[in-house]
Amino acid sequence: MRLKCPLCGERDRREFYYSGAADYLSRPEAGAAPAAWDDYLHNRDNPAGVTRDLWYHEQGCAQWLVVTRNTVTHEITAVELVAGRAAE
Amino acid sequence: MPELIAKQAWAGQASVTKAGLSLVPLEDRAIWSVALFPGGAEAAGAVLAPLGLGFPQPNRWVSAGAARLVWTGRDQAFLMGAEPPAGLAGAAAVTDQSGGWAGVALSGPGLAQALARLVPVDLTPAAFPEGAAIRAPVNHMSAVILRTGAEAVEIWVFRSMARTLWHELAEVLDRLEARIAIKG
Amino acid sequence: MRVEGKGIIDRSHPLRFTFDGKSYGGYRGDTLASALLANDVRLMGRSFKYHRPRGPLTAGSEEPNALVEIHGKTNQTPNVRATMLEVFDGLDVRSQNRMGTLKYDLLEVNDLLAPFLSAGFYYKTFMWPRAFWERVYEPVIRRAAGLGSLSGKHDEGVYEKAWAWCDLLVIGAGPTGLMAALTAARAGAQVILADENPLLGGRLVGDGGTLGGEPAAIWVAGVEAELRSMPNVRVMTRTTVTGAYDNGTFGALERVGLHRPARPNLPRECFWRIVAKRAVLGAGALERPIAFPDNDRPGILLTSAVRTYLNRFGVVPGRRVTIFDGSEAGRVLARELMAAGVQVAAIIDPRAEASGLEDCPVHLGAQVVGSRGRLGLRAITVRKGAETFEIETDCLAMSGGWNPSLHLTCHMNGRPRWSEDIMAFVPMEGAVPGLTAAGAAAGRFSTHAALGDGKAAATAALKDLGMAVPDLPLPAAEDAPYEPRALWDVGGEGRAWIDFANDVTTKDVRLAAKENYTSVEHMKRYTTQGMAPDQGKSSNVAALAVLADATGRSIADTGITTFRPPFVPVSIASMGAGGRGAGFAPQRFLTSDQASRDRGAPMIEAGLWYRPSYFPKPGETGWKEACDREVGWVRTAVGVADVSTLGKIDIQGRDAARFLDFVYTNTFSTLPVGRVRYGLMLREDGMVLDDGTTARLGENHFLMTTTTAAAGLVMRHLDFVHQAFCADWDLRFLSVTESWAQFAVAGPMARALLNATLDAPLGDLPFMGVTTVRVGGVEARLFRISFSGEEGYELAVPTRYGEALFRDLVGRAETMGGGPYGMEALNVLRIEKGFITHAEIHGRVTAFDIGMEKMVSAKKDCIGKAAAQRPGLTGPERQQLVGLKTHAPLTAGAHLFRPGAVVEPATDEGYVTSVCWSPTLNCWLALAFLADGRARHGEQIRLVDHLRDIDVTCEVTGPVFLDPDGGRMRA
Repeated sequence: MRLKCPLCGERDRREFYYSGAADYLSRPEAGAAPAAWDDYLHNRDNPAGVTRDLWYHEQGCAQWLVVTRNTVTHEITAVELVAGRAAE
Repeated sequence: MPELIAKQAWAGQASVTKAGLSLVPLEDRAIWSVALFPGGAEAAGAVLAPLGLGFPQPNRWVSAGAARLVWTGRDQAFLMGAEPPAGLAGAAAVTDQSGGWAGVALSGPGLAQALARLVPVDLTPAAFPEGAAIRAPVNHMSAVILRTGAEAVEIWVFRSMARTLWHELAEVLDRLEARIAIKG
Repeated sequence: MRVEGKGIIDRSHPLRFTFDGKSYGGYRGDTLASALLANDVRLMGRSFKYHRPRGPLTAGSEEPNALVEIHGKTNQTPNVRATMLEVFDGLDVRSQNRMGTLKYDLLEVNDLLAPFLSAGFYYKTFMWPRAFWERVYEPVIRRAAGLGSLSGKHDEGVYEKAWAWCDLLVIGAGPTGLMAALTAARAGAQVILADENPLLGGRLVGDGGTLGGEPAAIWVAGVEAELRSMPNVRVMTRTTVTGAYDNGTFGALERVGLHRPARPNLPRECFWRIVAKRAVLGAGALERPIAFPDNDRPGILLTSAVRTYLNRFGVVPGRRVTIFDGSEAGRVLARELMAAGVQVAAIIDPRAEASGLEDCPVHLGAQVVGSRGRLGLRAITVRKGAETFEIETDCLAMSGGWNPSLHLTCHMNGRPRWSEDIMAFVPMEGAVPGLTAAGAAAGRFSTHAALGDGKAAATAALKDLGMAVPDLPLPAAEDAPYEPRALWDVGGEGRAWIDFANDVTTKDVRLAAKENYTSVEHMKRYTTQGMAPDQGKSSNVAALAVLADATGRSIADTGITTFRPPFVPVSIASMGAGGRGAGFAPQRFLTSDQASRDRGAPMIEAGLWYRPSYFPKPGETGWKEACDREVGWVRTAVGVADVSTLGKIDIQGRDAARFLDFVYTNTFSTLPVGRVRYGLMLREDGMVLDDGTTARLGENHFLMTTTTAAAGLVMRHLDFVHQAFCADWDLRFLSVTESWAQFAVAGPMARALLNATLDAPLGDLPFMGVTTVRVGGVEARLFRISFSGEEGYELAVPTRYGEALFRDLVGRAETMGGGPYGMEALNVLRIEKGFITHAEIHGRVTAFDIGMEKMVSAKKDCIGKAAAQRPGLTGPERQQLVGLKTHAPLTAGAHLFRPGAVVEPATDEGYVTSVCWSPTLNCWLALAFLADGRARHGEQIRLVDHLRDIDVTCEVTGPVFLDPDGGRMRA
């Protein structure tokens, strides 16, 4: 598997650390209801199809990435910088 | 009062030439991380310009005389071989990394073949031309790799891992040499 | 038998090797199989289950029968295919899977027991009596099972791994692959051409024939010379592409040194990871055997194999050859043999309508229905209509048609499609993105089709990449239509083998169907068809056909099992190449490493680091004596330890304090410049991630310290929090662990030691203060922090001065009645003080559990705060950090029970995380987690360690055993 890091270019998956669903980017506000925290921490979809998840380019530029990929076809449709979201 | 003698990362390490490749330990040099603060690019650029160095694009390095600016991450570069100019401070976080990295020069024909044993990135001249610098693993070690000539690179890793880097590279040269021997 | 004038072996290079201890001659270019057949040795192995005598069925990597063991100087390698192993001087090969000799294998008795050993016999036979399983059946089965054997020693051979990149990977160098590679090479693309044989040409080598009006070998040689001369082409012979993976990644195994005597540093094999923008699969096709009773005797081979032995090796596996083949290829073989002076006893052609005109007897509409010969073929039984007769023969060539080598197209879940046109499965298009099957691998079998297909596939692939491709002329080649064959099984009473490697017969498949294992996946697992090292390459389609017949379905409806990587067996050693010994993980060495070793300190691993365990003195008997002495130094004089392994993160920016407030539970924005604060970091789920001290070096400049164990983890966490939640803040941070060598100086005389060392006497540096000092003229940082409970400092200098400073500090400490201390003493010192490490904060404890809930600031949000307040994480039901004291040895990992309670999981109240003998307090100490522990100080608790047979009663105390008020640190 290869991921096209927006900074480093296409790299083998062994350079990356995988960390689960991109839901982890949507942190509830301080003081949010416990249910919101439960969802944030624990509840994840397990889609057969398009999914967005977090990868860390640990052996490269140390950037966290959001990878959009298809769990059925293995197609990777987007790799974006987590840090780039604020500027969007 | 103690007399503190500075010790080079490669103190006592001799060069090796094998399989047509030359592996040379590099002297320690000044290395400063220059990490731009948000919005700091312009101000940093103005301070660096007199050195003859522009802030490098990702996967590139630039040089002026002995001074280099090597891309090492998002809005981050290593200033090598020079002290950071005054005035960078507000625009960038400047951090001393001197002595924290150990570098080797590897050169000769078949360079790409040697690197392909350790680095999972295409380092043939077409894909990794002069002026290129990347962050990539060398086997299990995080490294900064610079193309320094048509058949030459520098590889920098954490100083504490210097012995492992040497071991890995020397082993590759041994094996390439054995491969060459059976062709002859 | 060797045939003069045939073959392309190098007769000027004779060599000798041994098989089962007996010396044989061969030539450079021979495989073990060809060399043994040249010596009239047909028997090369014993079958897996019935221990039937076996010889080679094929001349390629799909060989199911002729598996042998190589006995090398550094290795013993089992299950090596004799058809792929090239012989060299001194090669030592032994047969395997036998008890006794190859000719007189005691386990041949299994063949007589065959009626009881059908598919599923394990499940049916070893049910009763139950007690027999462990004592009788299993040991016997284990002794009989398996094929080759391992030496039980380390494999000292050299293995290599490597990467390669290209525009076009061409898999297979037959006519398809050569034409594809040539097309792409002339277009200027970066090309890798990989073939598992030492020679290019594929079937052009084995079949001979002509191309463009000249011998095929001349055309092959011309193309090879051109390809090898081009800098954009890499020709990889002896390299099998083993797997297709995501995004254009392919695995390939190169046999680097297996075909020659071992030499130092020469890899035996190299495992390649090839990244290709596009790929052409020109892997050709594999011939199918025909199932007839006793079709597995040595001397019975595939038609294509006999042709290969004749044309490539100049070898015939017998002296009176018969041919059971319903295609033109069988006739060509007969003519080639006769032209070479070999007797062809008969052609048995199942077609009734074919020509009978050959220079040998031809039996049309006939089938081979049996054979005899104990250790090798002596005669076949032929049935023609109602008539049955025997023909004496020592070599039978048979062909049941061809299967495209489509295996790689299935590695990413591609399902092959059944083609009635060629009676075989063909690849699903687009099953592996970027890979196109061409030529015989795509079911187009003529040489002309292969050449055209290779050119077309390469052209399309490169045009897809935006390259201009020249229009190469194709050499004239045979273009005979393929004669599809559906003769899988001639029927009859005896056992007819389908899967030679796993001893699966047509009867086994029919039995599976009868017992309702009608799904192809169930049949495979019930009979083990296709599960041997050859992965059913020669047997898959025949097994499906028999299953289809037994269940009354079509082959298309029956389906096919999934081909998975690797295409051929790959040694674990090659996949793990570079990962043994020093290559397993980087070794990190301290600047003080040599100084510690000079003092005889044994080094222990701490993560990737090597740290001194203790510093032995003459006359001491072991680590404990040294450790007690070093602890004493720190408690009464002064000790010096290298603590550079702790993670150090330099944090800068106007938002640096704000960031620390967010990642730590406690507040850092209020920390004055020049001061240090202990901080606790949580994961977002509320569990403790790490702890450490952070110093404020300037208004917008902090230095964070992490534990050694969690340095990488914390960096990853900080990167995430920064990039995900506050990327726009005025903040940058960077690891400076490698930039500083840092030494703890601890003990009542620590200040005196520093005053003697620093360029200027130390002024009033308060506990938890930081300042800049000079030592030997070098600017250094001095932190007043303590991990020992004594007055303690940590002095940090740029790494290059580390060794000199360590030697200096140790030398001075020794003149003051102290000295260096190692990890053992460091651990005792911190346990005496109740300081935690990752033994305690192991990922399942909260701030509450370690008694630090007050450090979670109520005034601000931080990572993990919300989750830490969840119900169930803050009550008496939690196991809380306590101390344990007693006079008997304790062990970490032991569990805690109320005295008098039954010791069982239900009454388990906690566990021990760290223990030590305290030379300061003269007793054993432990840190432990105990249910409602903070309310139970003073109670007695029973500590049980079943593994080490320890059962002692301890007193529960607070976790801080020594100087709970901290007066010594603040002195």
